[in-house]
Amino acid sequence: MEVLALLDCLSTPACLLSQAVGGLKIGMLLFLVASGLTLIFGVLGVINFAHGILYMLGAYFAWQSMTLTGHFGFSVLVGALGVGIFGLAFERGLIKRIYESDLLIQILLCYSIILIMDDLVMIIWGDEFLSSIGVPEIFQVPPLFIFDAIIPPFHLAIIATSLLIAILLWILMTKSRFGSLVRAAAINPKMLEALGVNTNFIRYSVFALGSFLAGLGGALAASERSIVSQMGNSILIESFIVTVIGGMGSIGGAFLASLIIGMARSFGAVAMPLFTDGLMFIIMILVLILRPQGIMGGKK
Amino acid sequence: MNPFIRDSYKKDAFYSVISWITLLSLYFIFNDHGIQDIITKVAILGLFAMSLNILVGYLGLIAFGHATFFAAGAYTLGLFLQSDFVNIYNIGPWSIPIALILSILLPGILATIIGAICIRLREIYFSFLTLAFQMVIYSIILALVSITGGDQGLMGGFSKPPFLGIDLGNHFHFYAFTTFIVILAIFLMRQMIESPFGYGLRLIRDNHERPAALGFNIRSHQLLAFIIAGSLAGLAGSLQALLDVGAYPEWAFWSKSAEPLFMILLGGMQTFLGPLLGALIFELLNDFVTANTRYYGLILGLVILFFVLGFRRGLLDWIILKGRKN
Repeated sequence: MEVLALLDCLSTPACLLSQAVGGLKIGMLLFLVASGLTLIFGVLGVINFAHGILYMLGAYFAWQSMTLTGHFGFSVLVGALGVGIFGLAFERGLIKRIYESDLLIQILLCYSIILIMDDLVMIIWGDEFLSSIGVPEIFQVPPLFIFDAIIPPFHLAIIATSLLIAILLWILMTKSRFGSLVRAAAINPKMLEALGVNTNFIRYSVFALGSFLAGLGGALAASERSIVSQMGNSILIESFIVTVIGGMGSIGGAFLASLIIGMARSFGAVAMPLFTDGLMFIIMILVLILRPQGIMGGKK
Repeated sequence: MNPFIRDSYKKDAFYSVISWITLLSLYFIFNDHGIQDIITKVAILGLFAMSLNILVGYLGLIAFGHATFFAAGAYTLGLFLQSDFVNIYNIGPWSIPIALILSILLPGILATIIGAICIRLREIYFSFLTLAFQMVIYSIILALVSITGGDQGLMGGFSKPPFLGIDLGNHFHFYAFTTFIVILAIFLMRQMIESPFGYGLRLIRDNHERPAALGFNIRSHQLLAFIIAGSLAGLAGSLQALLDVGAYPEWAFWSKSAEPLFMILLGGMQTFLGPLLGALIFELLNDFVTANTRYYGLILGLVILFFVLGFRRGLLDWIILKGRKN
């Protein structure tokens, strides 16, 4: 562990700022994926172990659309909406059959979908890495220099977009009728059904919404990283960490936890490059031991 | 004490000896390294899956980090056999038995520590905590490059000196030794499952209030089961390390923990030997599919999907259920 390197970085504004912006970008993209996971768990009571493939599909859909149309914004939208529709079909076709099943069956169903989709993607798009879809033209400018820190404007745009989505999600969940129905369905779906609300509709729209967010995360991430069928695996594990730390089912908690993990990743890379993942899992273990319901989760 | 429980060990011992002799004769009947190696691998994977099923099937705890102990056993054996200790104390011929004992004990100690913390949580939280511990161990293996070889795995191999006339470098000796150890472990596991302790586990699985009311210490039962399961997984890992003459960090990755869960699902969790049958199906599938197509995941995924949505239980469970109905 290189404590000195970390102290060095924390005391120089340039390093501090660029690592912080990097951490913010990682954290916000992670939030897009993890908020869907936590939302689905909160309402459906199902841990979607296949959430990583939604992220991966978002990247592939966006790549395909980019190759065909060449328009960045449109392609990201195609990625997100395409995955939303895929999620809808996934829920109606498979997930709804295992609501009542035990945990092992849920885990294995999702894992079988991971195996199948990874190979299907390989059959359709080949097993080579696809190059990233690239940054849109208006952001192809020299990076900003703030306190000597190199900050690509595109990272700021990603952070702003994700933040906007987070705010919209928060308004949707707390201010709209749909949001209050979703929260009611999370607490007592039977009662809600007795009141004449179509809880099935709520379930699949929540699943589709969660998928849409994961697809959006994948499509945005595809702008800078290469695309490969296993890309969902690491984000899946990170989303689990975020879900557990934030409190399962809590979107506010997921937001906070995403920032913690983003920063831990960014600054951990300076302090102990080989053990960054280990650091995240140690945070997760500590939260599970000291406060199993997560930092923002209510007592169950 | 229930007399039915106490007498069953003679029958089990008889079946164990018969199975070992059968496996030894299969070696000569098939006389083909490919098939013989499949049997060795199934024995090792079967032990791994059966050890996990103590937790999943008999205790109702979905442990998602069982590969931790598999990898711990493998690395213990490999590191011990590579260490200077073997030369300094001149224990040459006894190095393998000592290594095997260590690779049951050390994973057992690790399981004591991890288990004591994990069993405080229930259901999905338990699964997540076991997963998190596993990933910490995985990260440690990757980070300690100078000891474990990092992501390359334990390189350089180790020697397997003969002991008691058993030379593990010999193909038949290795086959006979591995199957013997696995059958012995399964025999002991059977005695545990059929003991009052084993019935206590089932009671805890089915109902949490009743055993508590009967004055049972639920936590100590769960912890002991966790330690036994971890130690046996360590043994399976050390046999795998002997087979491959090395150890790899992927053995500590979470997908390695999913494999025994597949086997349990395929074979059946309510039947003692179910996971062993699951390991056989898994290995045959693995062998057949990888020989014929690159799309292993697609086929395996479809098979699992079929079991999850169709049978909703493992093959052996299903057969026994059918048998009872008729």
